[in-house]
Amino acid sequence: MSRSIISEIRKNHIIELLKKGERMDGRAPMDLRDISIETNVVDSADGSARVRFGKTDVMVGIKLIIGTPFSDTPNKGVLTTGAELIPMGHSDFESGPPGEDAIELARVVDRGIRESGMVDVDKLCITPGESVWMCFIDIYALNYDGNLFDASNLAAVAALKTAVVPAAEAGKGENYPLPVTCTPISVTAAKIANTLILDPTFDEEMIASARLTVTTDENGDLRAMQKGGQGPLTVDEVKAVVNASREKGEEIRNIIG
Amino acid sequence: MSMESDIKFIDENGLRIDGRRPDELRHIKIEAGVLENADGSAYVEFGKNKVLAAVYGPRECHPRHLQNPSKAIIQCKYNMMTFSVSDRKRPGPDRRSVEISKIISEALESVVQTELFPRASIDVYMEILQANAGTRCAGLVAASVALADAGVPMKDIIPAIAVGKADGKLLLDLNKEEDNYGQADVPMAIIPKTGEVVLLQMDGHMTQEEFETALDMGIKACYEIYELQKDALKRRYAVETPEVEE
Repeated sequence: MSRSIISEIRKNHIIELLKKGERMDGRAPMDLRDISIETNVVDSADGSARVRFGKTDVMVGIKLIIGTPFSDTPNKGVLTTGAELIPMGHSDFESGPPGEDAIELARVVDRGIRESGMVDVDKLCITPGESVWMCFIDIYALNYDGNLFDASNLAAVAALKTAVVPAAEAGKGENYPLPVTCTPISVTAAKIANTLILDPTFDEEMIASARLTVTTDENGDLRAMQKGGQGPLTVDEVKAVVNASREKGEEIRNIIG
Repeated sequence: MSMESDIKFIDENGLRIDGRRPDELRHIKIEAGVLENADGSAYVEFGKNKVLAAVYGPRECHPRHLQNPSKAIIQCKYNMMTFSVSDRKRPGPDRRSVEISKIISEALESVVQTELFPRASIDVYMEILQANAGTRCAGLVAASVALADAGVPMKDIIPAIAVGKADGKLLLDLNKEEDNYGQADVPMAIIPKTGEVVLLQMDGHMTQEEFETALDMGIKACYEIYELQKDALKRRYAVETPEVEE
């Protein structure tokens, strides 16, 4: 967990600004930061993307490897998501096996992609019961300034959309684009002193009492959610975040096209 | 090393499979100051290698028992991302990356003025985004620039390069194919101001004469890389002087 501390002055300043509907970086409460997406940044990966939300910087690489299917789903490929909060990314991050924050991050990103059926795992079967493509999504936080959930989700989605199944190398026919069906987008809100904000920075996350991540598909339907933080959210707040996620999700989806 | 192969590494014009001369470096790109949170950082490409380095510190040393009351310690972590190689690499440190981290730490200890920061730790993280032979050298080149970018007092910046042998010929800065099927590999790093060697490894098979020639080739290339490292730092701290209106 975080070892960082935030000064009372800074904390109070953030709260006072929010009362006027303002934030430290000049955004309105429901504004996102500038988003940039680069794809195909690593040739050795089967798909890759680097996404920045302001100063938050995330790298995702996709690897497709032949393996054996799970016995209860003999006709389906396997999807695995991992996240590493590497010490390069923030002074609070330590090397070693993934901690609870990294595991939660990987699982929330995984859930949005898995539950939306984004990757068509039926088309990743080579020989039923024997061999299937295993799709590894690996997330690295290169620079952490809040909201790793949305940056990682977007980087994973962008990387998957450009991924190519390396079938030729494995002698399994021609290479083909990874079969994807939709574009799940997550939007995360934080609650600070009874105000909701979107796309929180590191300082904002430090003082937020609660967090809610909502992942939607292009129909505006909900695909995954995760509430975090020790504080409660009212039902109205939850509904507000769902509305904001649908609206902002559409905007983000237009960026990746 | 030294798997038998039919690949010709040198064509009739004396050029290598990627079109380089035997003593020619791959294209090198160095950028300083690429990450926000780190005290210093650098991005380096050596041909198809892509490496990020970040420096935190001097800062409090964890774990405590490693503290040295007379100087700072340098803790390097070299890590390959899972998708940096053709097969997916299992995440986390393996024996190879532990060894590389150790020799890079030791190379850097020789130039960093650690005596100025008793009990502190200077942490250097190298992440290999994409690997194509020569990542330890690219990592050290990036780490040196990142340390300078962090303002850590140093006697010099360290350049590094590998010289190898394939088809019985010495080749500078081996690429993946040459490294896989080559007969020898000698990564090295020097302190340019003194010419002293601070990293040296060798595997494969070389005569004494070949080794001495390889060392010469490598050291000459190190001075080329040194200029690129200094350029990157100058670009990072170049200040455009605003025109003064009378």
